[in-house]
Amino acid sequence: MKINVVNDFVIRFANVNGSGSASTNNMFAKSIFRMGIPVSPKNIFPSNIQGLPTWFEVRVNENGYLGRRDGVDIMVSLNPQSLVPDIESVNQGGYFIYDSTKKLHSQYIRPDINYVGIPMMQLAMDNFKIPRLQQLFKNVIYLGALCALINIDIDIVKGIIAEQFEKKQKLIPSNYLALDLGFNWVKENLEYPLGITVNTSDKLGNKILVEGNDASALGAVYGGATVIGWYPITPSTSIAGGFENYCKKYRVDKDSGKNKYAVVQAEDELAAMGMVIGASWNGARAFTTTSGPGVSLMSEFIGLAYFAEIPVVLINVQRGGPSTGMPTRTQQPDILSTAYCSHGDTKHPMLFPSNPTECFEMTAESLDLANILQTPVFLMSDLDLGMNYHVTEPFKWDDNKKYNMGKILSAEDLDKLEEWGRYLDVDKDGICYRTIPGTHPSKGSFFTRGTSRDEYAKYTEDGSVYVRVVDRILKKWDTTKKHVPGPEFYQKEYNSQYGLIFFGTTTYSALEAMDIMEAEGIEIDSMRIKSFPFNEQVEDFLTKHDYIFVIEQNRDAQFRSLIINELDINPSKLIPILNYDGMPITAATIINLIEKTNILPFKVEQV
Amino acid sequence: MTFVKPTFRHPKQATNKIGFVKSDYEGTISTLCAGCGHDSISASIVQACYDMSIEPHKLAKISGIGCSSKTPTYFLSNSHGFNSVHGRMPSVTTGANMANKDLIYLGVSGDGDTASIGMGQFVHAVRRNLNMVYIVMNNGCYGLTKGQDSATADFGSIGKSKIPTPFQAIDLAALCLELGGTFVARSFSGDKNQLIPLIKAGISHPGFAFIDCISPCVTFNNNTNSTKSYTFVRDHHEATGTLDYIPPEKEISIDYEGITQVKLHDGSMLNLSKLSPNWNPKDRFSTVKRLAEAKENGQILTGLLYIDTESQDLHTINNTVDIPLNQLKEKDLCPGSKTLEKINEGFR
Ligand SMILES: Cc1ncc(C[n+]2csc(CCOP(=O)(O)OP(=O)(O)O)c2C)c(N)n1
Ligand code: SF4
Ligand SMILES: [Mg+2]
Repeated sequence: MKINVVNDFVIRFANVNGSGSASTNNMFAKSIFRMGIPVSPKNIFPSNIQGLPTWFEVRVNENGYLGRRDGVDIMVSLNPQSLVPDIESVNQGGYFIYDSTKKLHSQYIRPDINYVGIPMMQLAMDNFKIPRLQQLFKNVIYLGALCALINIDIDIVKGIIAEQFEKKQKLIPSNYLALDLGFNWVKENLEYPLGITVNTSDKLGNKILVEGNDASALGAVYGGATVIGWYPITPSTSIAGGFENYCKKYRVDKDSGKNKYAVVQAEDELAAMGMVIGASWNGARAFTTTSGPGVSLMSEFIGLAYFAEIPVVLINVQRGGPSTGMPTRTQQPDILSTAYCSHGDTKHPMLFPSNPTECFEMTAESLDLANILQTPVFLMSDLDLGMNYHVTEPFKWDDNKKYNMGKILSAEDLDKLEEWGRYLDVDKDGICYRTIPGTHPSKGSFFTRGTSRDEYAKYTEDGSVYVRVVDRILKKWDTTKKHVPGPEFYQKEYNSQYGLIFFGTTTYSALEAMDIMEAEGIEIDSMRIKSFPFNEQVEDFLTKHDYIFVIEQNRDAQFRSLIINELDINPSKLIPILNYDGMPITAATIINLIEKTNILPFKVEQV
Repeated sequence: MTFVKPTFRHPKQATNKIGFVKSDYEGTISTLCAGCGHDSISASIVQACYDMSIEPHKLAKISGIGCSSKTPTYFLSNSHGFNSVHGRMPSVTTGANMANKDLIYLGVSGDGDTASIGMGQFVHAVRRNLNMVYIVMNNGCYGLTKGQDSATADFGSIGKSKIPTPFQAIDLAALCLELGGTFVARSFSGDKNQLIPLIKAGISHPGFAFIDCISPCVTFNNNTNSTKSYTFVRDHHEATGTLDYIPPEKEISIDYEGITQVKLHDGSMLNLSKLSPNWNPKDRFSTVKRLAEAKENGQILTGLLYIDTESQDLHTINNTVDIPLNQLKEKDLCPGSKTLEKINEGFR
């Protein structure tokens, strides 16, 4: 039996990390993308630099479903260490492509899958002298073989190679040679193509293929960030690196050659957060980026920024917790710890991007929001979004856009004012006017502190003044609801008594699950939440539906708890649909879990 | 308790070069214990800033948590202040400094705030040569939490617990030197003549200026057998020399025997007189040795211990533009939609 499909399959590469396979695999994904076919690559990597198994999984899907799908249709096996599970993971009728330089032992032969042996290492050894190059070119050889096996346009691949080595032209011919070696060997020795092929399509329009972290880095540059304090941690590191790289390109003053930005690699996340607070207090647009363990460290400072009302932007690229957890796997596990981060009564706005385009837009937007609201704002990305390439809408920027620094008084403003207090709620929206150090020689100075103070920033232990101040901050929370992006609905109107709620990277598979259910005649209304605090639209959706499935990627249904806690919703209405094994959630998982609840009166025929 | 001092101004009150009177540099009335060394340091800060004719709004005062860290309320009320969290003044100052290189940053900390909870941030601020004055009001104990030994309490010294300190003391000045600090000084809260010129020199220094200022806690650690008590310091204090700070615009004519002059970056001069033999504040190695000797002899060495007048601060290292980052606008910062289209193309 052989699987026969066009533009609809999952291919997995089993590699050893540190073997240089990552760039080859990315070229594979990019080639499919350039053929106009929706593609969704996922790098499944270990927390290690060299030697451990790593997988690269690519879903190719003409219909544009970009969520993960279980099961492997083609396995490209390059790692003897994971051979047994890799063979087991192949779907019936699928293909197992391996290096036949060494014969595959008969015990590894499964009768229900198809074996495709290619002497990759032999070809590499015959054509390249240096062992390190043999290893590297073995990767390109399998890419060439795949071109023949599944009909990838080899010229597209060559084009990508040429771009990749634009600055090292010398390397292009040898890469082409390796590519041709694999390609020709298949043509001369095997029946090709396989039953699984790709075919040029037009499903992508002007979309781009980019990582969420890269998008955030760019969003920070466009959003006007000038200061970043940061400390390395997977999966957030590439945001800081990306920001610095873009700044080197776009933020160097042409005349003086000097930098219009400052990147400070801090001694730890505590210091990183302190730097952001100091910079924002001093009127710069500043941000930091980290993951769960870093947020935990920063929490004392986050409370200070909340209470002293200092803008902060923190991009939390979430990973599997608790503690060091699964540092290279994805989850949405920091919902509650971020929402209420720090001691005392605190709560913080969060934005939930679900694709790189939103990472770009929301990073820029959060720099405005933090300044408008004078409080820490969290961009809740995750490893899947941040570190994997996603097909997404191109980035857009309105050149007329002005950076919003919120309510800041200039020297002229201060001269006109008869009275000013840092924490006076003049506009009755809970947001007060601040001053930046250095503005005016005799007006507007005040003392910023994390201790209780009155409207004029004077220290006080008077309980009634304290209550007045913290209640006013709560009023700001209401104002916040008007500023953060509202939910997105995937429905015409309220048709069903059943509802779905999801956010962030869960969106891909949730939408796919909805389509599958709809094809079965099951209609469910759905809402993607883009931010916290929840606004009236969110509340309305919750009251208008009898059963709402809340899909999220953590064990404890944290988002569901947040909804219950904030909106006083009857918990029995909210049914948790959870996935937390560290792999991005799939549509099949969502449907299975929904069915298991026995709440829907119908069965879904699983494909 | 806080209350604002009367702002009555005598018409004949002396003003400094930019027309401010001394009280313009003062703060609200201190709520520290009467006789607390920290208050004397505040007074020296006020005097130094008045003398230097610093525009109050061009200075930002930042502190951590502790009695010492409260003092920024008691000086320079026309300057923005930031009482941050315990031990984290250096990072807040780093961020503030990155945002605006044009202000003077005055960081105030305690020995608990710096040598224990904030040690990590302190050493990294030194390492980055952040352009700031960093004053540790060092009383060998945690004043605000009622007198526990701090990490600068000397081995064997007897504080509030009445049990001799069983641990070795951290000498912050020695540590700062070791870390490559570019301005390292030690002084005593009671010695205004020494402290004021040191603060001025620290402000003039275009990098990290560290002043470890012994500042007795009269309530918890002023026993005769504490090395951070008034009596101990008065009896065992050995100065590297008498200091005199001369602002850049004053002509320097004195150059007689026994005086070493140090020219600071902004053209101002530090005169050191009555130097102990072989003292050279530009020689890191001999300073390390002298500090160790003084410790061995139970002496507290004060004065300007070391200075490197050629140092590069974090902005120089970062090659930051001359305009403060917090003043840059859309046109300076945003690459624009045309560029974005090109960037998009790179993602296809
Ligand atoms: C995270 C945290 N831990 C503990 C404290 C309690 N605390 C306040 S001040 C202080 C010690 C201050 O000692 P020092 O810095 O030497 O200042 P001093 O009061 O002696 O001037 C401590 C432990 C705190 N504020 N924050
Ligand atoms: S407790 Fe000690 S350090 Fe604190 S104010 Fe009183 S004397 Fe000063
Ligand atoms: Mg102390």
